[in-house]
Amino acid sequence: MTADLIFVLLALLTLVPAVWVAFSRNIVHAGFSLLLTLLGVAGLYAYLGADFVAVTQVMVYVGGVLVLILFTVMMTRVPQNGRPRHGLDRFVPAAVFALGVFGLLYKTITAVEWAASEGAVEPTTAEIGTNFITSYIFPFEYVSLVLLAAMIGAAILIRERRPEETEEPAAPAPETEEEVAS
Amino acid sequence: MEAMYAFFMDTAGMDEMAAHITVAVIMATIMFIVMALCAIIFTWMERKVAGFLQSRYGPMRTGRWHGWAQAVADMLKILGKEDIIPAEADKPYFIFAPLLVLLGSLLAWAAIPWAPGFVAADLDLGLFYIFAVTSLVVLGILMAGWASNNKWALYGAARGAAQMVSYEIPLLLATIPVVLYTGSLNTQDIVIAQQGGVLNWFVFRDPFLFIAFWMYFIASIAETNRGPFDMPETESELVAGYHTEYTGMRFAFFFLAEYANLFLVSMIAVMVFLGGWWSPIPGLDFAPAACFVVKGVLMVFLNMWVRWTLPRVRVDQLMHLCWKVMIPVTLVCVVGAGIWMMASGAVG
Amino acid sequence: MLEKYLPVLLVLAVAMIFAAVFLGLSFWLGPRRPNAQKNSTYECGIPVRGSTHIRFFVRFFLVAIFFLLFDLEAVFLYPWVLLFQPMLAAGQGIFALAEMGVFVLVLVVGFVYVWRKGGLEWQ
Repeated sequence: MTADLIFVLLALLTLVPAVWVAFSRNIVHAGFSLLLTLLGVAGLYAYLGADFVAVTQVMVYVGGVLVLILFTVMMTRVPQNGRPRHGLDRFVPAAVFALGVFGLLYKTITAVEWAASEGAVEPTTAEIGTNFITSYIFPFEYVSLVLLAAMIGAAILIRERRPEETEEPAAPAPETEEEVAS
Repeated sequence: MEAMYAFFMDTAGMDEMAAHITVAVIMATIMFIVMALCAIIFTWMERKVAGFLQSRYGPMRTGRWHGWAQAVADMLKILGKEDIIPAEADKPYFIFAPLLVLLGSLLAWAAIPWAPGFVAADLDLGLFYIFAVTSLVVLGILMAGWASNNKWALYGAARGAAQMVSYEIPLLLATIPVVLYTGSLNTQDIVIAQQGGVLNWFVFRDPFLFIAFWMYFIASIAETNRGPFDMPETESELVAGYHTEYTGMRFAFFFLAEYANLFLVSMIAVMVFLGGWWSPIPGLDFAPAACFVVKGVLMVFLNMWVRWTLPRVRVDQLMHLCWKVMIPVTLVCVVGAGIWMMASGAVG
Repeated sequence: MLEKYLPVLLVLAVAMIFAAVFLGLSFWLGPRRPNAQKNSTYECGIPVRGSTHIRFFVRFFLVAIFFLLFDLEAVFLYPWVLLFQPMLAAGQGIFALAEMGVFVLVLVVGFVYVWRKGGLEWQ
């Protein structure tokens, strides 16, 4: 009973801000709402007994990805107080993409046979580690290559952004941009 | 903790779930009170330490003996202050941000083992969990800066977030060699592994751990945004950084969170490197919690000593130190500790 | 698992209650005399100039990316670190070190590349 109540609360914590993320007209508000959604998902992982994944969710998504998203949103020049442009040319591709993702997720959820866990759930970290060094050793090493690719991508971004940054006409308050730069 | 469970289940006749909830609520309440006390005591201590390091007295009047009641008086006064929400501010986020900062540090406090068995949330992933939830503080700071709609606040927040995420990496990496030795992330297990006197504390176990400890210490100063790394609040450039627009109780929450974070990183240092609740001499462990707190306060003192001695660094120096010195050194420590363990055959 | 993480939820709840109590106390005790000057954005006493939400320096974005990469590395290190002792005891220490060594080395290559491209300079 209590467990069901906690599940419902966590699900609401995930879904309500998610709706706000989708419909908020202010892109920074959408970014901050994502915080509650991500925390709700972490709570659901903990609820299902996946402790390592839950903590990783908070660590990587809340601490890393969300900060990155917020920096990006704040970095872009936002027209009219953070309101993105709306129109059919944006709406159609977005709708197609969203429906595609939904279909894929739906297919995955219905295709997988979910095994209900029984009894006490064990801590998962050591098991994950064991999998890293046994059956998943090559995927594990590939992950480092993915990270390497991302790092090189970031380095290229620096080289391309640099000249653009100097050619950029001064922002509304030039001395303030200096300030951020220092 | 066990005694508390036994009391609520046997004497008060609760079932297991109710006992768990009651104990957790009691622990959380204790934690919040200790946190508030910390802020009061450390504010006074900070002013006294700053005073003595600069050949002056600091607060001397309130409460007669060395102005001991100064911080209490400040706290009472702040309760009666007007709560100003700027007209330009983004109200819901402005209100939520201080709570987020406070929650981030209080949630991390929950996994601190004060004494054997006395820990609010005894998680298998304790240490990892602590580092994960402190990332809420970064978001709280970003939210405060953005919602204030004030230039100083926004710059302070951006600097604070960039600094905190950068220094989180050496902080994390510096604790990994210790986890190599313990084989567990549970905060109690980490402390238990250091039983048996000062030489068994992880800081003195091998040279790489000794370096890792100092790397952790430097990163922890930056992580709490305190001098010489107090870029987000540089009063000469940014007025007060991300909490420029905050007044009254909401400002007090930021203040509380700053000292709560200071004590948090000090307690993590004690727990991971300095033997936790064990006394330096083996066999004298009659007051584990007191031992833990005393070591924590000594670390806080060290932190204050550094803050009031060294001048502030520049932003580029700050980033240089993190990315080009501390991250490579901590990576070497991780690998070095592993090789050392293998070579010396040390297990446990 | 649930009862292990239950205290976390309760700590959250208790903290919220305490925060609400303190905010309520201050709301009840404190004065409320707002005026236009007081509620305007603080800019050291001079009239506010320009918009607050200017663009951020691109460097912040890069710091966040690099943080994310190293954060992921640390996350992948943790399960391995927990297994190091048992593997040492089983005489597989070299294998354990080599596996993580390869993982870290690949990242170090990227790190050195970014360093040499000047990705770590703040200016």
